[in-house]
Amino acid sequence: MRTPRIPLILILFLLCDVILAQSAIEVRNFNTEVQELRYRELVRELRCTVCQNEPLESSNAPLAADLRQQVYEQIMGGRSDFEIRQYMRDRYGDFVLYDPPFAAHTMILWLGPIVLLLVALGAAAVLIRQRRRMLDERRGRAAPQPEQ
Amino acid sequence: MIRMMLPLLVFIGLVGLLVAGLKTADQRQIIDSPLIGKPVPGFSLPELLDLERTVTNTELNGKPFVLNVWASWCPSCRLEHPLIKQLGRDIVSPLVGLNWKDEHDAALQWLGQFGDAWDLHLFDPSGRFGIDLGVYGAPETFLIDHTGTIRHKHIGPVSMDSYDDLVARIRQLEAEAQAGS
Repeated sequence: MRTPRIPLILILFLLCDVILAQSAIEVRNFNTEVQELRYRELVRELRCTVCQNEPLESSNAPLAADLRQQVYEQIMGGRSDFEIRQYMRDRYGDFVLYDPPFAAHTMILWLGPIVLLLVALGAAAVLIRQRRRMLDERRGRAAPQPEQ
Repeated sequence: MIRMMLPLLVFIGLVGLLVAGLKTADQRQIIDSPLIGKPVPGFSLPELLDLERTVTNTELNGKPFVLNVWASWCPSCRLEHPLIKQLGRDIVSPLVGLNWKDEHDAALQWLGQFGDAWDLHLFDPSGRFGIDLGVYGAPETFLIDHTGTIRHKHIGPVSMDSYDDLVARIRQLEAEAQAGS
């Protein structure tokens, strides 16, 4: 039997990732499953402000641990997701949210891709129409259409 | 003709965009504080040198002050420390040190080794007040005016480049306080 070398290495790599990702997470006790789900969701969508592009969830930074603790305490204290997000925004600004809010200064982020797509579609339409006209003309010269 | 130039123009535009991006690359690390223009969060913290004593924000009401966040584990704090000491000599307003996420012994040892620059020392080992201030690394320096409003935040060590600007801003706040009272 041939040994599947490469998949094994791959699996090891993947395991590494799982172990590293979980090492940062503290053991937390929740009263309800909903609280736990909300916690998981929030630490995933809040950014670790001292790291390079890392959510609170997987960060080993001490500040990230403090902020996770805040999220946990506030969930247990009965605060809503909105209130917790607002708590973070009041202190660290929009940067702490992975999804930037839709506002005047983030307009280009949200609408930019759509505008680009429209421009590209428009350009493609113009080009296709031109080319078709060119083809039609050439064909017309080669074999004139019978008059109707 | 215009048609042939179009790809070149797009290319030049892209280069311009990337150069602008590179020029501002070091500023991208800096997160604008949403707290500028907001009142300084209330606090009630032990004085580092006398843990029995509790310092609250009301103690600093009515005058501008500088709040400098530091920790003994922070190498950049050591770097800026001579300038912080200088700042204490150059301005009239109180210079408040916030010892952030530190151990008491280590902080005292640090003060013994590098000298004390601050008029008042807040001790925030849990980092809770730091979170309220939106601190995401030490050192950070906040300027607070006589109405208790945060007016400026300097992120990272105070350097020769930023020193004069910082002093000018504090003098401005001191002048405002005098005009206001």
